[in-house]
Amino acid sequence: MLNLLYLLAAASFIFALKMLSSPKTAVVGNLTGAVGMLVAIVATLYAGGVVDFPTVLAGIALGSLFGLLLAIFTPMTAMPEMVGLLNGFGGAASALVASAELVRVHHTAEESLGMVAIIAISLSLLIGWVTFTGSMVAFLRLREWILGGRPTLFPGQHWLNLALFLASVVAAVFLVQKPEVGTPFYVLTGLAAVLGVGLTIPIGGADMPVVICLLNSYSGMAACTTGFVLNNNGLIISGSLVGASGIILTNIMCKAMNRSFTNVLFGGFGATVQEVAAAGPDGPKTVRRGDAEEAAMILESARTVVIAPGYGMAVAQAQHAVKELADELAKRGVDVKYAIHPVAGRMPGHMNVLLAEAQVPYDQLWEMDKINPLFPETDVVLVIGANDVVNPAARSDASSPIYGMPILDVDRARTVMVIKRSLNPGFAGIDNPLYYLPNTMMLFGDAKKMALELAEAIRKL
Amino acid sequence: MESLVMMLTVFVLAVFVGFEVISKVPPLLHTPLMSGSNAISGVTVLGAIIATGAAVTSGMKWLGFVAVVLAMTNVVGGFTVTHRMLGMFRRKK
Repeated sequence: MLNLLYLLAAASFIFALKMLSSPKTAVVGNLTGAVGMLVAIVATLYAGGVVDFPTVLAGIALGSLFGLLLAIFTPMTAMPEMVGLLNGFGGAASALVASAELVRVHHTAEESLGMVAIIAISLSLLIGWVTFTGSMVAFLRLREWILGGRPTLFPGQHWLNLALFLASVVAAVFLVQKPEVGTPFYVLTGLAAVLGVGLTIPIGGADMPVVICLLNSYSGMAACTTGFVLNNNGLIISGSLVGASGIILTNIMCKAMNRSFTNVLFGGFGATVQEVAAAGPDGPKTVRRGDAEEAAMILESARTVVIAPGYGMAVAQAQHAVKELADELAKRGVDVKYAIHPVAGRMPGHMNVLLAEAQVPYDQLWEMDKINPLFPETDVVLVIGANDVVNPAARSDASSPIYGMPILDVDRARTVMVIKRSLNPGFAGIDNPLYYLPNTMMLFGDAKKMALELAEAIRKL
Repeated sequence: MESLVMMLTVFVLAVFVGFEVISKVPPLLHTPLMSGSNAISGVTVLGAIIATGAAVTSGMKWLGFVAVVLAMTNVVGGFTVTHRMLGMFRRKK
């Protein structure tokens, strides 16, 4: 009976994910998933052999409270951190359940653990703790509390990680041979925790979207291995779904940055790029500088305007100001669209959420592949807080570190306006030839202030 | 052995279903997809509840308790924040 209800829950999760294929059905889908989870939890309380209700209910209450507080008070800009933190919690929970199962077998003499279960316990410990400490590093780096944005590299790093991994495997083999709470168990737990840190610190801030996706996948796999430990198909199905989801997103992010998966994991991207930037631009280049009034006139007479936002827009908290500007233009019959690069935010789909929060209707949010063919017919592109994702060097300059990365072809529009604080190269430290094109007008200033000035200037026309 | 084959069957099929379903989620909703899958990976709470509720030692009980708290944070935090986010996506009037 319990297993039937678990199956029901697993089916509801599949439904939830299926309904995420459209924003129209997604809300109902999410609720379906939540109800499925509720059913599974209640069923477990009822028929799971629970004796100590006070402790279990206290845990449920405490966790629910934490979850609610996190969900209500986390700003949309900090969504990557929240997802990172929750990945870590999921991994740790799975590893703890596996540990508890080992303790149980250690203390109940009458039954011995099957080979499958004990191998699954080892895997669960390894994946679970790697996910936990890896996620904590990612969380702290995203919060910029430690390590900063640049990768932390030292000689022999990859060999050390390999050694840690092999040592974990050896500890796991010992654990499988003698499944009890002893030295191999503690050693495996410790090594996995250190390995999680070791694998995550060489990855810089710019690559965090990939890491978050990967850890998302790991947290699913950890739940999945726990399903093998407990012989629970519900956990296996749900864990696999999350594992698959994380892998797909990791792949999409890697493609959007034109990097191979191994390059992201071991490349230490961002540390090497600095030297390239130091080589600097060759010779003087001219920039056309514009002001709000001039730009407003061009924008007002345009038929089509595409706004290309980057994370810099979110940093400047300019989403609402940009929306105000777009509304002013729309009132004058200008067709406004937003061009969203897959890595425009700090996690997959992040920019869409940030704009949705500013009440931009989602039918104005265009994916890169769909908007790129439209740029040659676009009158004005307004680039706000984006840099590398609109850098034409990615298309034309084979020596550029971002060469080959798919970009928004904003330079093909009739006029390009770029709102930027200064000509300083961005996050990855790469110069951008877009700024020196004859059809580009630079609007120097803070993104939010400039967007408001533009809106005001248009109103006055 | 039989139960292993059974579990592996379920696992392999679920991975295929996962790839099939998730590749249809548009980039527009990738962030809610991640927070929603956070909630789903909190399903490990079921194991945590059993471990805590049927603990044979106090050590096992505490391991289970912490697992329940962490997994439940995932479940409630994940579903709630996904709901909050999805509520922001609106069409043009």
